[in-house]
Amino acid sequence: MFQNLDLAKLLFGRLTLQAIPYHEPILIATFAVVALGGLTVLGAMTYFRLWGPFWRDWVTTVDHKRIGIMYCVLGLVMLLRGFADALMMRSQQAVAFGDNAGWLPPHHYDQIFTAHGVIMIFFVAMPLVTGLMNFAVPLQIGARDVAFPFLNNFSFWMTAAGAVLLMASLFIGEFARTGWLAYPPLSGADYSPGVGVDYFIWSLQIAGVGTTLSGINLVATIVKMRAPGLTMMKLPVFTWTSLCTNVLIVASFPVLTAVLCLLALDRYVGTNFFTNDLGGNPMMYFNLIWIWGHPEVYILILPAFGIFSEIVSTFSGKRLFGYASMVYATVVITILSYLVWLHHFFTMGSGATVNSFFGITTMIISIPTGAKIFNWLFTMYRGRIRFELPMMWTIAFMITFVIGGMTGVLLAVPPADFILHNSLFLVAHFHNVIIGGVLFGMFAGINFWFPKAFGFRLDPFWGKMSFWFWVSGFYVAFMPLYLLGLMGVTRRANRFDDPSLQIWFVIAAFGALLILIGILSTIVQFVVSVRRREALADTTGDPWHGRTLEWSTASPPPAYNFAFTPVIHDHDAWSDMKTRGYERPMEGFRPIHMPRNTGVGAILSGLSVALGFALVWYIWWLAAASFVAILAVAIWHTFNYDREYYVPVDEVARQEAERTRLLAAA
Amino acid sequence: MLLSPSGDVALQQRNILLTSTALMLIIILPVLVLTCVFAWHYRAANTQAKYDPKFHHSTGLEVVIWSMPLLIIIMLGAITWLTTHLLDPYRPIGRTSAAKPITEGRASGREEMVKPITVQVVALDWKWLFFYPEQGIATVNELAAPVDVPIVFKITSQAVMNSFFIPTLAGQIYAMPGMQTTLHAVINKPGIYDGLSAHYSGAGFSKMTFKFHGLDPAQFDAWVAKVKAEGEPLDRARYLKLEDPSEGEPVRYFSSTEPGLYDAILNMCTRPGKMCMSEMMMTDRRGGGGKDSREAVERLRYDSLRRDEGKEAPGATVPGSGQPAKAESHGGADAARPSRADPHAGHGGAPPGGGQGPAPTQLTR
Amino acid sequence: MANAMQARADGPTFYVREEEHGHNATMLGFWIYLMSDCLIFAVLFATYGVLGRNYAAGPSGVDLFDLKLVALNTSMLLLSSITYGFAMLEMARDRMRATLGWLAVTGLFGVAFVGLELYEFSHLIHEGATPQRSAFLSSFFALVGTHGLHVSFGILWLVTLMVQVGRRGLVEANRRRLMCLSLFWHFLDVVWIGVFTFVYLMGVIR
Repeated sequence: MFQNLDLAKLLFGRLTLQAIPYHEPILIATFAVVALGGLTVLGAMTYFRLWGPFWRDWVTTVDHKRIGIMYCVLGLVMLLRGFADALMMRSQQAVAFGDNAGWLPPHHYDQIFTAHGVIMIFFVAMPLVTGLMNFAVPLQIGARDVAFPFLNNFSFWMTAAGAVLLMASLFIGEFARTGWLAYPPLSGADYSPGVGVDYFIWSLQIAGVGTTLSGINLVATIVKMRAPGLTMMKLPVFTWTSLCTNVLIVASFPVLTAVLCLLALDRYVGTNFFTNDLGGNPMMYFNLIWIWGHPEVYILILPAFGIFSEIVSTFSGKRLFGYASMVYATVVITILSYLVWLHHFFTMGSGATVNSFFGITTMIISIPTGAKIFNWLFTMYRGRIRFELPMMWTIAFMITFVIGGMTGVLLAVPPADFILHNSLFLVAHFHNVIIGGVLFGMFAGINFWFPKAFGFRLDPFWGKMSFWFWVSGFYVAFMPLYLLGLMGVTRRANRFDDPSLQIWFVIAAFGALLILIGILSTIVQFVVSVRRREALADTTGDPWHGRTLEWSTASPPPAYNFAFTPVIHDHDAWSDMKTRGYERPMEGFRPIHMPRNTGVGAILSGLSVALGFALVWYIWWLAAASFVAILAVAIWHTFNYDREYYVPVDEVARQEAERTRLLAAA
Repeated sequence: MLLSPSGDVALQQRNILLTSTALMLIIILPVLVLTCVFAWHYRAANTQAKYDPKFHHSTGLEVVIWSMPLLIIIMLGAITWLTTHLLDPYRPIGRTSAAKPITEGRASGREEMVKPITVQVVALDWKWLFFYPEQGIATVNELAAPVDVPIVFKITSQAVMNSFFIPTLAGQIYAMPGMQTTLHAVINKPGIYDGLSAHYSGAGFSKMTFKFHGLDPAQFDAWVAKVKAEGEPLDRARYLKLEDPSEGEPVRYFSSTEPGLYDAILNMCTRPGKMCMSEMMMTDRRGGGGKDSREAVERLRYDSLRRDEGKEAPGATVPGSGQPAKAESHGGADAARPSRADPHAGHGGAPPGGGQGPAPTQLTR
Repeated sequence: MANAMQARADGPTFYVREEEHGHNATMLGFWIYLMSDCLIFAVLFATYGVLGRNYAAGPSGVDLFDLKLVALNTSMLLLSSITYGFAMLEMARDRMRATLGWLAVTGLFGVAFVGLELYEFSHLIHEGATPQRSAFLSSFFALVGTHGLHVSFGILWLVTLMVQVGRRGLVEANRRRLMCLSLFWHFLDVVWIGVFTFVYLMGVIR
């Protein structure tokens, strides 16, 4: 192939043509579809001359609302990939019994379940959560943007870069075959010498930079940027849960970064942190990764709790029941989430006292969580409940999550965990809380805030289709897994001996198909909504009779959010303003100080992809070059002191006049 | 089936599962019912229902909603504390079944103490090796134990982590290289049961299953005799061959075992000339081996050795070897791929320390 | 807050006409970043705590550490912190040249620190005490090396800031940046105290 192999090695590291899986029909087909889709999008963008606006309005934007939307788009796109993996797993397990090896060889299957977990947590749930927080929090606290707008843009693009690197593993080389947390020694250089684990490490490291910085950003925003009068105990509950989530991010993602660095050192330099050899200790990895991993669970679920709180009170037409206890419950959960990590490996043999300590702390978390459920329940009590889509998702959540919570507490009892650990019962449990909690929350949030973001509501018919198929599909897909877990069936197996189990896997696969219809309905919902945007338009800015500050501005809000900084007297600020005769100011506008757009974030992110790719494939020259380039661009960026501008009064007046016109029309 | 187990430990664990579920249902069921009732009753269309937007605080109610879960958790916590200690896998079992407690010592005047049987379990890539130190035999992928006799499992692993799990017998416990975990259990009903690894360990994981035979004492003796008659002796050489990764390994019997073999596996020193972990740890406790300890490195290398011997790592694929990333498993039709012989395809076949080009330091260790 | 309270007295006000300034969150944000960085060090310390006695029948701290060298190294870093303090004092007095002078001294101390550390590392590696030799050495190099890497980045940042101060003077943005770097620099000092005590001193006692 190459005349001089050493030169090829110098140029391409360990990347050879063999790394391209051109002999794999599944992947070729996938690649063809992705490439065709991509080319269509690129072609359409060129044809409609969208590149300029795309660069100016989206890529370089520092507007928290647009960044929030981009996060959500990233999450939804990655959901398609993650769900494709889920379909493949369910179909494999539905057929692979006895002599039938199924259609996925272990090498492929093992990558799929690893990728599924990594994608769903890091590139679906995290972007959706971060996206909604980014979009809603500054609006809820009456701020014009986040504390560090450039950093926000950079964080998003780093997350996207991680996703790009991970997706590259699909067509160039392979992904890890270790399970989503890549436990050593299996993930060490001795047992996984390929590029899979390296893809895992670098895509998470790059995305992790973005997540940590975005956490710092939002904490600073909530602490420093609140409108006058908005004391901590008047914060909307979503903002509270966002604050706690971001504190958790800041306090846990560095642990992930550090532990993945150590694993990378083991793999690249040959150190002995987690090896069997020369004094290494793999058990330490289990501890460290779960010290990040358990808070991560609450990073995902707390914002969902916040969204449900907003929705329940909005659609019940009532103030949230027990606001203070809701806040304290959130804070208690935040703190306790650091004291439970060991329940992920009771079976490591830590001894009874340690195990029962961590079991009991885990159960204690269910107390504030239970209180939250009751608070939502009593918010509905004596309310006027409107069953719009966000509220439907909330009800489905309350019922589903309670079941998931119960099975979670079961798993926290160490003797019970000994028989259920790593079983399909466990798989069913965490899907129960992550789908039933996080994902339902995200759908509720998207349906709730979509009109705010785009100025029109989402189509309710297709929304209901999506809702019913998702919810029923979830139950059909995961209840059989609970049963299988109780039959002692373990996770991550690609085949089974006992044919009597097959029926349950077939049912579960059918459930996955229902979810597929749910996902397709969601896509149709978006398309139909865009086409019917005139009929679904929201001209008031307050389509749901909202209670918090974001509903006081136009839909979509102007770039500066509020022409005048609001003053808050009550924790349902907008409700309070409406009842006490707020009048929108029409004149006396002033120039508004806003941050300037910049392309540096996207450039740094592109360079990070190059760096990650080079490290995965041992292309050292590229790694060095891109690393130096990252430093150079970052330093160059600090020489730019002209980062802000004033929105002129005329522009503010024009936008506000437009809003006045719309309000009059409504 | 975990809900009708045949071993007393699993039975107790199941009972805890049921008790906990019942306890939690005390609170879960009302919540489920109330959610539905409230959602229905207070729907916007029902104008009969009372609408009280001011109802957002009630100290009494708040006390109830915090204390109810608290009470349940206090009960559950107590159960957890007790049962976790009682069913600690390290703790010798206190009874062989609900009716038959094991007496501590003979002074209590009851029947003679039942002598437990010891099984040493080794998780290999991807099969299970069982030593019976008292019987002097060993087996691969088949485990047997007499009913109503306490079994003491000593568990370790040779390569990566696994989890030793016989659902019907008792809960699982990790098998970890260089470490030993313990599990106490007893089987009460004769029969043939499934055993498996419950912790993903690589490509052959799904076939890492075995059968566990619960036998009458007489049958057990016959089984031991059969192993002795049909098996071959297990010495280090044979063990080292067995150690190589393989999938779907058939049942194998070993009529005798080389003394100290299990300990050597546990201490990662089955190969001649290797330093055992126990020795290394002893040296470390004394403050290490000093600066002039280079030969100790050679004697301590274990995992990395296999790669240097040219044996492919069990997870090797594309860049490391000719194995395509997403295709058939090892030893399949692809084994004859021409690229496999190409030493420059990646680092798998390259000699250690052959630092041509910008080779990773990973190689040279 | 006072604004809002007042408003309540004479009919509610729901917005402010005057823009509020001084919302700058940089110091808080940077402080939070430092705490997250602190967690990375916490993990490395914990790792060292767990693996620090796993010599793999190889050399231990007693065999390897040269306390005199480390003491010299420590004094470099501590002195650099003091001189950074002087730079900040000069900044408060609006004396740009003096600020730059002290920053340069700080940078030189930093370079000396990194240089000594590199010398120590190369010496250790030469003796066969490589990061690959044992888990103890892996965690030692990771902890001390991460700190050294931070100091190196600090120096790079310091040089960048010196250029920026030289070009634009002690404008507000530059003052804020100098404050951030100050936090960072002293933070590294504190971490080093931990490294010095926990790794070197206790390593030699054992």
